Amino acid sequence: MQVFFSQEGSALIARVKGEVDLSTADRLRQELESSLEHARAHILCLDLEGVSFMDSSGLGVILGRYRRISQTGGKVVICRPQPQIRRLLDLAGLSKIMDIVEEEPQEYLRKAGKE
Amino acid sequence: MPKGNGEVLNTVRLEFLSLPENVGLARVAVAALAAQADITLSELEEIKVAVSEAVANAIIHGYGGEPRGWVRVTVNRLQDGLEIIVEDDGKGIPDIAQAMQPAYSTDPERMGLGFAFMQSFMDELEVTSEEGRGTRVVMRKKLNPSVTTA
Repeated sequence: MQVFFSQEGSALIARVKGEVDLSTADRLRQELESSLEHARAHILCLDLEGVSFMDSSGLGVILGRYRRISQTGGKVVICRPQPQIRRLLDLAGLSKIMDIVEEEPQEYLRKAGKE
Repeated sequence: MPKGNGEVLNTVRLEFLSLPENVGLARVAVAALAAQADITLSELEEIKVAVSEAVANAIIHGYGGEPRGWVRVTVNRLQDGLEIIVEDDGKGIPDIAQAMQPAYSTDPERMGLGFAFMQSFMDELEVTSEEGRGTRVVMRKKLNPSVTTA
């Protein structure tokens, strides 16, 4: 599992690649936490296009970041999840509380900026 | 012998230490055996999630994250489906009914969806546990009957 970060204004974009399970969830959590701390971001865009597997360990990391960032009025957006991961997000109810979009993060942020 | 219906076409047994990196190993091994059957990619993904959840539960809850416990995974490929058994010799589950409730978790960073995913993605789920002795999870999934014999 690898995470690549970039920043666009007040948004932190995290591109996650590989498999997120018990063996990688802690590292994903730590990397997201330290980058969020550093970037002081209001929006976290999680680009999951490159994630080939995720289980509830990964969903827990996403929910944890959502709880943290929404406390300060921010939000989490999930971009381009693979169909099997989209299904997990739906089953877990995460698609009810955060935006899940098919655009890549920059495209989403561009559109959101125009609205 | 497995309780599922039909002839046993193949069996694989794995035993490994309760290390997080073995979750992926168990998932890939079970998927490789499952792929011998006539199975869709979607079914394969469901099986991988169910195995990950069961093995992660054994490591986190059975052994409290300690890496010195043994986890055993047995997969029986049957004529009409797959039977997966995940066992540990850990501390056991005091209240199985409570543990199986969706969103029940002892850890705020975990979602408590492990059993919910196992139930959603497999056709049958049986959990037996004894405090101080361990937990046994049996999951079964019906697949298209195999036309070839092993």
